[in-house]
Amino acid sequence: MNSTLQFDFSVDRTTNSIFVNRDFAAGLSKVWDAFTKQEILDQWWAPKPWISRTKHMDFTAGGRRFYAMVSPEGQEFWSLQKYTSVSPTTNFKYQDAFADKDENINEAMPRSDWDLSFSERNGTTSVSIVIKLKTLADLEQLIQMGFKEGFTMTLNYLDQLLKP
Amino acid sequence: MRRDIFQAIADPTRRAIIALIALQAMTPNAIAENFNTTRQAVSKHLRILTECDLVKQEYQGREIYYSLEIEKMKEIDKWLSQFRKIWETRFDQLDKVLSTIKKQKK
Repeated sequence: MNSTLQFDFSVDRTTNSIFVNRDFAAGLSKVWDAFTKQEILDQWWAPKPWISRTKHMDFTAGGRRFYAMVSPEGQEFWSLQKYTSVSPTTNFKYQDAFADKDENINEAMPRSDWDLSFSERNGTTSVSIVIKLKTLADLEQLIQMGFKEGFTMTLNYLDQLLKP
Repeated sequence: MRRDIFQAIADPTRRAIIALIALQAMTPNAIAENFNTTRQAVSKHLRILTECDLVKQEYQGREIYYSLEIEKMKEIDKWLSQFRKIWETRFDQLDKVLSTIKKQKK
């Protein structure tokens, strides 16, 4: 689709960090909005056929986003993101935790710290994401929250779309 | 008990052991020389790595040599690439959303 756009994904096992970099063929303000406005975020955050459903979102430092990843069977996996810093339109940071439907954080599940940076050059916007976990084992637990299955389905969905 | 491969590599000493024996098979004594811990502590790490099938033992005379199971390490990479694909899918979806927004603005 966008094979010319830069995409990097790497893991530093010594710091338990994941680095994701991606370029988008759109201006900075549009990409910033896509990451920070709930009605746009919900359109793409969940890999299809999963759905992202934001219950409430207060995009300010100290604010939070409470949302669910909804499986095709309707099962909800709730997460709470607490914004620790917001610098429009260049950077924001949050702490991510799993929760129940009443917004109680699940202490048994791994937490992660997210740091997202945005910059524009010649109409292309680069997004750099750093996700820091306590251990690599936490990373495995993250993916076991149903994403593996969700991803296989995403591929099937893509296959259907691409069929002539 | 089958141990979890990711717990095995979650420990910094075990990661250092993996890095050491990735280059050549080594005896527990030779491995221990590289660390500021007891021989017993190194043995315990080697036992955990063995239980995860991340390392294999080979007897040469009276000595045991530990070396890395390359195939097992590839499992970790395979798993990480699945995580990578989730991001690819997510961003492809964002590309579509962005181009829709652009069209609406026109």
